[in-house]
Amino acid sequence: MRNFLIKRLLQGGFAIWGVITIVFGILFLAGDPTLLLVPEGATQEDIDLLRHQFGFDRPFIVQYWDYLLGVLRFDLGQSFVQNIPVVQIIGPRVPFTLYLAGASLLVAVGVGLPVGVITAVARDTVTERILMPIVLVGQSMPTFWSGILLILLFAVTLRILPSSGAESLSSIIMPAISLGALSMATFARITRTSVIDEMSKDYVRSARAKGIAVRAVILRHVLRNASLPVITVAALELANLLAGAVIVETVFAWPGLGLLAVQSIEARDFFVVQAIVLLGSIIYVVLNLAADILYSAVDPRIKLHAGTA
Amino acid sequence: MSDGAGAERQVPRPQTRRSVLSAMRGRRVLPFMGIITVFVLVAVLAPWIVPFDPADQDLLARLKPPGSNVRGTLYLLGTDELGRDVFSRVIFGARISLFVAFLSVCVSTVVGTWLGLVAGFYRGAAEIVIMRSVDVVLSIPALLLAIITVAVLGPGLQNLILVLGFTRWPRYARVAYGQTLSVANMPFVRASQYVGARNGRILLRHILPNIAGPIIVVATLEFGLMILFEAGLSFLGLGVQPPTPSWGSIMSVGRNYLGTAWWIATIPGLCLFLLVLSVNLVGDDLRDRFDPRSRKR
Repeated sequence: MRNFLIKRLLQGGFAIWGVITIVFGILFLAGDPTLLLVPEGATQEDIDLLRHQFGFDRPFIVQYWDYLLGVLRFDLGQSFVQNIPVVQIIGPRVPFTLYLAGASLLVAVGVGLPVGVITAVARDTVTERILMPIVLVGQSMPTFWSGILLILLFAVTLRILPSSGAESLSSIIMPAISLGALSMATFARITRTSVIDEMSKDYVRSARAKGIAVRAVILRHVLRNASLPVITVAALELANLLAGAVIVETVFAWPGLGLLAVQSIEARDFFVVQAIVLLGSIIYVVLNLAADILYSAVDPRIKLHAGTA
Repeated sequence: MSDGAGAERQVPRPQTRRSVLSAMRGRRVLPFMGIITVFVLVAVLAPWIVPFDPADQDLLARLKPPGSNVRGTLYLLGTDELGRDVFSRVIFGARISLFVAFLSVCVSTVVGTWLGLVAGFYRGAAEIVIMRSVDVVLSIPALLLAIITVAVLGPGLQNLILVLGFTRWPRYARVAYGQTLSVANMPFVRASQYVGARNGRILLRHILPNIAGPIIVVATLEFGLMILFEAGLSFLGLGVQPPTPSWGSIMSVGRNYLGTAWWIATIPGLCLFLLVLSVNLVGDDLRDRFDPRSRKR
């Protein structure tokens, strides 16, 4: 187990280093950002001075090393537009995105799990034929279209929910449903597969042969074993929800990191965009790692394959 | 025939073409194949079937609902905020969506498959460098990677295709790598090596046809995702730029007129949904046929 953990942590560390390098590299490829900062009509001397102030005139490797050290110290640079540290701009937005991702996960698990169990237990029945298309629809529904439809129905027509912003408690409902619908389909499918797998195992047959009711077998035995893959998928889905928040936050003007990223691109405030992508990617790597470790912790068979994984 | 007739005789017949065709004959996905065909036809024939130029404005016919007749002109799906015909714009939007998705899938398939083949066949340093790069690129959520790259390169059709193509190659590389590892050890490949076939020939003539099935499945599923990505980036203003119509950008504008002109945002959304649903279902069906373990789940 220890070797497995060390190996996974090293892989995770390598991935994070790779992500930092790619994110830095992409921005470096964009060329000299000084030209974006100077006002129109600035002289060459002004441009050179500003370039020197920001350190953009230094060699690539020096800038890269500085950036790496900065990330380790949570110093993600200075916003071009607001002229304050990027961390100060991002910080207040993080809770909004986490709140949205958490609420979406709740929607996804709350709907996906029961639908998965029902479609697994009620295979080849009318219930399955009704529920499976809903799962498929959820999977193929672009979040910005479902968001627009929700706004049209609940905000424009029925006028019972606010169409945008995060002023009231009910503001979270539509963004959470819109974002959660995609993951709902994933949860439903994973749960369904997992329950079907478990249902075909010997212990289920033994329990049924002993006369235990189907409902009791499912609730007491099958669900407990079938929940293992679902737990790990939850970690991965949370990571996807954080990334998917970019579009949903834009549709609902939800003041999280996603909306900030889009606004910063429009304002060409690249360090802010860079920091958000970096943060999103690091969270993604960490949650992937957590899913791996969690899986090996709950299912001892995984450790045997640690060497080849 | 440098690699010998004996080796050729042992080469298993690639199942790809037959399997794809039989998948297409599957009754369950037939209606969805029909929907995809309609969209493709509409996209290809767009210039000949649209009633109006999608950029033509008529400021006296702004925000007219579907079926409106303005001065003897019928607007089937209504007009937008500049009096442009929504039907014509949605049809041209299909053209952009399919064009971008097709080309970006081509870019990522070629790049990813080739790198996966090289990593799985040559192993050693190539394997380490390519597969670790795959891990790193897959560590960045695809949409975020696309967003930062488009933000830096600037929006536009060409950049969009390149960005989508180059951010999605790792998925193909991983599948191609895994498949190559198993095929490269098969007797017919070894036999080709023993009789002196060049590596390039072995990769292209013997390994590639035998790993093409799973690659096609990934490409089909990715095609749906690329349509969504294009629409998503255009919705955010990072994809196709006005006045070129794209479903995402039409919806982005339509969002501001939901109270007065619901049709601008909802109709392209419906098309997007139908197309992605159809592509996903066909992709799922193909996967079931190539991987019987995933069937009936």
